Amino acid sequence: MSESNGATATAVPVTARKDWSSDQEVRWCPGCGDYSILAAVQMLMPELGVRRENTVFLSGIGCAARFPYYMNTYGMHSIHGRAPAIATGLATTRPDLDVWVISGDGDALSIGGNHLIHALRRNVRLNILMFNNQIYGLTKGQYSPTSEVAKVTKSTPFGSVDTPFNPVSLALGAEATFVARTHDMDRAHMQETFRRAHQHNGAAFVEVLQNCNVFNDGAFEKITSRDARASMLIPLQHGQPIVFGAEGSERGVIQRADGSLEIVSVADVGLDALLVHDEARDDPGLAFALSRLAHGPYEPTPIGVFRAVERPEYGTQMSEQITDAQAKRGLGDVAALLRSGSSWTVD
Amino acid sequence: MASGTQHVTEQLDQVIVRFAGDSGDGMQLTGDRFTTSSALLGNDMSTFPDFPAEIRAPAGTLNGVSAFQVHISDHDILTPGDSPNVLVAMNPAALRANIDLMAKGTILLVNSDAFDERNLTKAGYGTNPLTDGSLSPYTVYEVPMTSITQEVCKEAGVKPRDAERSKNFFALGLVSWLYTRPIEPTINWITERFAAKPQVVEANTRAFRAGYDFGETAELFESNYEIRPATFEKGEYVQVTGNQALAWGLIAASRLAGLPIFLGSYPITPASDILHELSRRKEFGIRTFQAEDEIAGIGAALGASFGGAIGVTTTSGPGLDLKSEAIGLAINLELPLVIVDVQRGGPSTGLPTKTEQADLLHAMYGRHGEAPLPILAPKTPSDCFAAAIEATRLAVKYRTPVIVLSDGYLANGAEPWRLPDLDTFEPIDPGFASEPNHVDDEGNPAFWPYVRDPETLARPWAPPGLPGLEHRIGGLEKADGSGNVSYEGVNHERMVHLRRDKIAGIASDIPLAEVNDETGDAQLLLVSWGSTYAAVAAGVKRVRARGMKAAHVHLRHLNPLPSNLGEVLGRYAQILVPEINLGQLSRILRAEYLVDAQTMSKMQGVPFRVGEIEAAITAMLGGKS
Ligand code: SF4
Repeated sequence: MSESNGATATAVPVTARKDWSSDQEVRWCPGCGDYSILAAVQMLMPELGVRRENTVFLSGIGCAARFPYYMNTYGMHSIHGRAPAIATGLATTRPDLDVWVISGDGDALSIGGNHLIHALRRNVRLNILMFNNQIYGLTKGQYSPTSEVAKVTKSTPFGSVDTPFNPVSLALGAEATFVARTHDMDRAHMQETFRRAHQHNGAAFVEVLQNCNVFNDGAFEKITSRDARASMLIPLQHGQPIVFGAEGSERGVIQRADGSLEIVSVADVGLDALLVHDEARDDPGLAFALSRLAHGPYEPTPIGVFRAVERPEYGTQMSEQITDAQAKRGLGDVAALLRSGSSWTVD
Repeated sequence: MASGTQHVTEQLDQVIVRFAGDSGDGMQLTGDRFTTSSALLGNDMSTFPDFPAEIRAPAGTLNGVSAFQVHISDHDILTPGDSPNVLVAMNPAALRANIDLMAKGTILLVNSDAFDERNLTKAGYGTNPLTDGSLSPYTVYEVPMTSITQEVCKEAGVKPRDAERSKNFFALGLVSWLYTRPIEPTINWITERFAAKPQVVEANTRAFRAGYDFGETAELFESNYEIRPATFEKGEYVQVTGNQALAWGLIAASRLAGLPIFLGSYPITPASDILHELSRRKEFGIRTFQAEDEIAGIGAALGASFGGAIGVTTTSGPGLDLKSEAIGLAINLELPLVIVDVQRGGPSTGLPTKTEQADLLHAMYGRHGEAPLPILAPKTPSDCFAAAIEATRLAVKYRTPVIVLSDGYLANGAEPWRLPDLDTFEPIDPGFASEPNHVDDEGNPAFWPYVRDPETLARPWAPPGLPGLEHRIGGLEKADGSGNVSYEGVNHERMVHLRRDKIAGIASDIPLAEVNDETGDAQLLLVSWGSTYAAVAAGVKRVRARGMKAAHVHLRHLNPLPSNLGEVLGRYAQILVPEINLGQLSRILRAEYLVDAQTMSKMQGVPFRVGEIEAAITAMLGGKS
């Protein structure tokens, strides 16, 4: 193993986007939101001060899952839903690596739901980017676990009767220590969010609202289009009152006496009455309430970091148990191990 | 350990004792202790724990009966024995559940205190077998084990209800006297094991001594017995179960390869003990990961393999079902991975605590697409050690998942094991890729993940961390060499052939099949695999002692099969394959070699008895059994 790879002693080479792009032709549908996410990531990597050889992109199945092929790093395109599990084995045995998990709403929340929630609760050092397009793209347009009720697709010709998941609420409920949301129309916001995820020492979950222009075009248009953004996206900023909207018609979030949240006009209540965002709160209750503000991508929707708290990282603790055992018992001796019960000798 | 003056100590060459009681009675522990003290005396031994799936089925019922059979002898033995000489029955249910195993004239040691109205009814006895004459064919010793135990514990201030729990130690003491086992090792063990609870140490020790003294003084027994040490090869021995040996083998393999182990596992009977054992051994640099499910267990192991560790996953049949998809991925990625399937009765949940060998075809073919992998099976509990090392060697050398087929009988059974000289195992070279292996169109060095070693057909293993070797792999079909995604038909066929040939080629890297054919002119060949080895080898020995001729070949590698097997099978007019399934290996042999391999099947959750093998051979040879 190259845990103490000699090369890491030298300075990180200066790189540019092209160094992080593989020679593979990108094969998403023209106009797919995945392109802008890929660009945001490829452009961000040179800024993170990391090495290509210590970076791994891992994915499951779906349109988003093709992502690793386009990154000039180590990578694995695995099987449907299992990427968080595979990444857990990799990240825990190789703490020297940066492991990114690229997933979609079907991959992460349907077939891989179990692996996602457990990776989050364990707090494995992973950057999990979940591209949410509220549809199955690769299999050509069935409804997904984030599709809205009554959605008509090939597999729901009479409308879906499934209540969708809210990915941010789900992650918060799964004890995630870092939960954020961004969208494919805003490169700067994506990069800032991914940067924060990368800095986080633990499992970082980022929902990326992504347009599938072939099977679910415009799913987020009401909130992410250039014209709508100002009045429909609520940027969360740590330590700042939660406020959004164009100048003159600002709105903000207040907390009612019963603890629930409400969107009000700032002019009516004054800036001081607004809820101040605290991503570091130990209690995830407020972050959860924020995640419930919008009932779908047609109401004002918070974006940014909902929650970022410190909790011991899984792989680190796993390694510590080994170091402790070795300090107490010495490096294991196989010959002694075999004699750990009673042994007897025949002469 | 001198026996009382009124007793004669007789010599026996072997004895089979079966301890049976409620699953809460501690029968496994009792049997295990008896085994250990016998092992320390230098006897050969073989054990067969036989317990229910429920942790505590209703007390006193047939479903709740837990038994432990141990065979000890002064000579080389292979199996836990067909029929016990002594049955220790702690209650009526234990008697009823096991009496059919007992031959006439054998000894029944019963806890007479437990034969009350209630227990008799629960066990389904209309009348008390101790008094109705139905046990007259046996030598019955009625011993009030519960009340004596309570009595001796009372003096130590132990409450009767707590004291009752020590009655298994009374039974152990009594049987220890009967077979002249030393008492010190057991007393030391009690002291250590229950160190945190001095009252329990006191109660168990008193019960144990009381049992021993009872034998000595009660004038119930005319004699006690001695079984001389067996002649073993020189060396140092330990008593080991299959699961323990398997865990240790993985640790040894990790050392031989200089790579850490990552075990991804989900608790499942009868494989969990491997997870437990490895979890205790963190000083060996082992990471154990109790995953959210079977799929995550293998997934994480595969991720660790991608990172350059030895990924291992341990399971039983239901778990193997769930792992199929990830095994297919590992075959496609061509990464090392060790998959241990401790087989149990199926299908579905089946018989969780009972043994079976019915996962062979699953291991061979249980994946979509053409997805071959090496399969091997240990033959005895201690052989699990070497099997784990061999599996790791093949996994690493050929960059492939390997399935080890253990089973419930091997996993929990114990035997003496002469400790191997660790230096005799060859180091396992991970052979990590260290430099680019290709030049791209512009003349720059590049790394291609699917350039193969011409001899082994293995691809390079390049864990992340080296600059210039960045590469992407995945479950999609890939172009040979570059590893780039390819949907091209001719390439796919080529890759299918390559994956097949790589595994088939391992045949040249494993030992030839060795036939045990004493006179060289036997007409009948017995083929065993996995845990059927013991009964088949013992059965062949027996018929030879009766002047019949039978040959025996044991298969450790099930895929690929030894390269000379076709020739070996062709030499015999008759082939018999005893299997704890409906004939899975014989199906493979027929398909592979067009030979008339006959199946001998048994699917009762227990291994073959030697007598059954003996009878089958005799029948095939046209003799009388
Ligand atoms: S189907 Fe949708 S998500 Fe998939 S590549 Fe095309 S546009 Fe993108």
